Amino acid sequence: MTGRVHSIETLGALDGPGLRVVVFLQGCPLRCLYCHNPDTWSGRGGQEWDATAVVDRVLRSRPYFTQGGGVTLSGGEPLVQARFAAEILRRCREAEIHTALDTAGAALTPDVRRALDFADLVLLDVKHADAARHRALTSGKLATTLAFLRHVDDSGIDLWVRQVIVPGWNDSPDDLRRLAGVLHPLRTLRKIELLPYHAMARAKYAAMDLACPLEGLAPPDEAMMARCRATLTVLLDRPVD
Amino acid sequence: MNEHAWRGFTPGPWRQRIDVRDFLQRNYTPYDGDESFLQPATARTERLRDKLRDLVRLEREWGGVLDIDTSTVSSLLTYAPGYLDRDREIIVGLQTNRPLKRGVNPFGGIRMARSACEAYGYALDAKVEEYFRYRTTHNDGVFRVYTDEMRAARRSGVITGLPDAYGRGRIIGDYRRVALYGVDRLIEGKLSDQAELARRPMTEENIRLSEELYRQIDFLRQLKEMAAGYGHDISLAAADARQAVQWTYFAYLGAIKEQNGAAMSLGRVGTFLDVYFQRDLCAGLLDESGAQEIVDDFLLKLRMARQLRTPEYNELFAGDPTWVTEAVGGMGEDGRTLVTRTSYRFLHTLRTLGAAPEPNLTVLWATGLPAPFKRYCARLSIETDSIQYENDDVMRPDFGDDYGIACCVSAMRIGRQMQFFGARCNLPKVLLMALNGGRDELSGEQIGPQTAPIGDGPLEYADVCRRYEFYRDWLAALYVNTMNVIHYMHDKYAYEKLQMALHDTHVERFMAFGVAGLSVLADSLSAIRHARVTPVRGAGGLIREFRVEGEYPAFGNDDDRVDSLAAEIVRDFLATLRKTPCYRGAEPTLSVLTITSNVVYGKKTGATPDGRKAGEPFAPGANPLHHRDRMGAVASLNSVAKVPYECCRDGISCTFSVTPQALGRADGEQVRNVVAILDGYFAQRAHHLNLNVLNREHLVEAMERPERHPHLTIRVSGYAVNFHTLSRAQQEEVVARTFHERL
Repeated sequence: MTGRVHSIETLGALDGPGLRVVVFLQGCPLRCLYCHNPDTWSGRGGQEWDATAVVDRVLRSRPYFTQGGGVTLSGGEPLVQARFAAEILRRCREAEIHTALDTAGAALTPDVRRALDFADLVLLDVKHADAARHRALTSGKLATTLAFLRHVDDSGIDLWVRQVIVPGWNDSPDDLRRLAGVLHPLRTLRKIELLPYHAMARAKYAAMDLACPLEGLAPPDEAMMARCRATLTVLLDRPVD
Repeated sequence: MNEHAWRGFTPGPWRQRIDVRDFLQRNYTPYDGDESFLQPATARTERLRDKLRDLVRLEREWGGVLDIDTSTVSSLLTYAPGYLDRDREIIVGLQTNRPLKRGVNPFGGIRMARSACEAYGYALDAKVEEYFRYRTTHNDGVFRVYTDEMRAARRSGVITGLPDAYGRGRIIGDYRRVALYGVDRLIEGKLSDQAELARRPMTEENIRLSEELYRQIDFLRQLKEMAAGYGHDISLAAADARQAVQWTYFAYLGAIKEQNGAAMSLGRVGTFLDVYFQRDLCAGLLDESGAQEIVDDFLLKLRMARQLRTPEYNELFAGDPTWVTEAVGGMGEDGRTLVTRTSYRFLHTLRTLGAAPEPNLTVLWATGLPAPFKRYCARLSIETDSIQYENDDVMRPDFGDDYGIACCVSAMRIGRQMQFFGARCNLPKVLLMALNGGRDELSGEQIGPQTAPIGDGPLEYADVCRRYEFYRDWLAALYVNTMNVIHYMHDKYAYEKLQMALHDTHVERFMAFGVAGLSVLADSLSAIRHARVTPVRGAGGLIREFRVEGEYPAFGNDDDRVDSLAAEIVRDFLATLRKTPCYRGAEPTLSVLTITSNVVYGKKTGATPDGRKAGEPFAPGANPLHHRDRMGAVASLNSVAKVPYECCRDGISCTFSVTPQALGRADGEQVRNVVAILDGYFAQRAHHLNLNVLNREHLVEAMERPERHPHLTIRVSGYAVNFHTLSRAQQEEVVARTFHERL
């Protein structure tokens, strides 16, 4: 089975435990205002890869998995190519390699559920916990993400929630309270990370002749990040990275 | 005689014959714990460290050289004793009479010594000039014999950096022998070897060795006298830890006074010295703080080693390096680790004395190393970027468990093997010569045998290979013969008396050849095979550049189609070198190592079929060319790991840079991931890794010199980018942020 791959990063140290091979799949249904990978939006970009070739790549990194480590499918939205993703994850799991999916949870089709069957870990960015603001920020539906989270939780799959903090969008105490409300009931939640929005993708937008939607927005400073982390820590009564 | 000094040591054959390894194996205490026992620097150490820092700052401000003694020829007894801080030093001895003052050593070549003095605003003293007018230097000898062809090859730069005008270095005396046995016992051993030689027929070989022995003994006597100048009698073995360190240091000091070799490694003294520390600690003569203080003082002295070099030399080997390489860790043949508490103490100097490039601390990595030690090394790498790593599991089968590393990557059994250093040849230039009918692609000068240049139109892989092989074979023979001339003359006119006195009389010799531009040649061949490469001719019919159409697999992406070419290149080159006999029966070995000369090599090389433009730097060592590795650092390391060590026993160097942020967000994660990188890379029989975990200041340097940091990866909120894929403006933006806080 083949799919479209944007790129492969063999030194991934942040998208799951240990050293990881991160496979960026092509295509995304969302149009997040702060997206730093607009070059992964199109389902036609990237290169065509056979799932077995992707898995062979991952296997070449196996000696580096002594301290944890494994494969992470990212994107784009890897679940746009759910069957392809499932095939890669299935083969990796067969080879006893730890599998992770870095997703926005923007769909929950039977194919997506099947892909999740082969995932040891889900990394998910809620993006915004208010439905209207979520739609404005991402063009997607919060309800889908919530259903996705429930499914992950019910399936007993480990979950890391990551949220990019975009100043003026999702950094107020109210925003964080809503986010805490979403996270609170999740039983498989292992880790929460807040990451600062950054403006590094401007050149990519320019290269693609696209307007940068958040042009001029300054990234959050460390004080703002610390405040958000502290607020969420209190609300959830657990550490936030 | 040495009974008191050897009290409490487990006896063995080492007492009857010179055998430091046997002593070590019977007496050392492996340590598999963590670093918690270490003690901080004492006030005394800090005072000396600060004093040296001030001097080093001055040295830098004054253009790189603090002072030169231009009227004295450097040797063991030519300077009065010198001190950094006489009342407070625990370990004494300086190369000249003042700290950081450089001596002149014209035995390698008077011209080099003269121009080095002049470069720093000094003039070599008339007495020295006068003396060397009547004395043949190594450099004189070589140029008396160099053939026209050798001179032409040297001029074109197809072989370059040859040790024909400076000390060859790369020889590691077994400095521990002085501590374990005392000088008298060593002289006794050499005298009996001399007597044994006297019973043999006086062949040229035997006469040469007999004279060398005479000179070795002479210099052992001088070593005693040098130590006596500092108030120490080293006739007998060292009786405690401080003496063991002092005796070992005197031996090393004598070597760097006598020789200004390109790389003057220390060897593998830490675990040896640990036996003495352990004995004193058990007897209550020393506490941990005291032990660290001795180690600190010793390494502070090693950081003061200086040689006088010319600016051109620094272009090849930037940063005034001395390569006081010390091997740390590794495993014994019996499966016990060779990590001891003193391995930690040595590495700990990166904290007590601060990060520094010298001594060149080289951790011998092995699967079986104790986990706490692996983590400690990783942590220090992240903190200081000051450690290099080499694969003990691939070297131990060849070199046993008592080898040291000469310079950067060259293993040899300490005291039993030595090497004839041979710099390197420029492989991409050989390819260009092959396409241009034996002419230099830049100057047009006929360097190699004349053949018809390759025709117009797209290059055909088989035709190119045939031509390359013809010129490779020609060059390999020329290279061996050139090295033979150089080392014959070095033995004759600049023999390493003291260092060889600290070897067995009958040593095994390697002749260490090297290649530069491996990834450029592999990519060039790959481009010719997989894409369409057409030469474009310029003035005089020389190929000016190549038009490359289509894609080709590039080295550094873990792609066997090209990685196998790199492996074949070194395998075939070594096989070709073997066809020409080496001086003194030396065994040819090969390295893939450039130090910083990859830039100069690139400068002297025209455009190559891989699309590299004329004058652009090569990648360092065995690294993939920057920007060509598109699958991330692990894929890149995997390509390098495929270069076969069994064909490159003189070492395969790889430089790897990564930001702390790309290794993980939390400190513990970063440490674990560095361990994972080292474990994964070395498990595939890779040989060497220079590991840089770069902070902000390093990034600024990376902007100025991108070729030094090809893998620099930065993490930007949820995804990673290669630093060099960012525009200058973006890079500046990244640097302007405070990394640890923001990304």
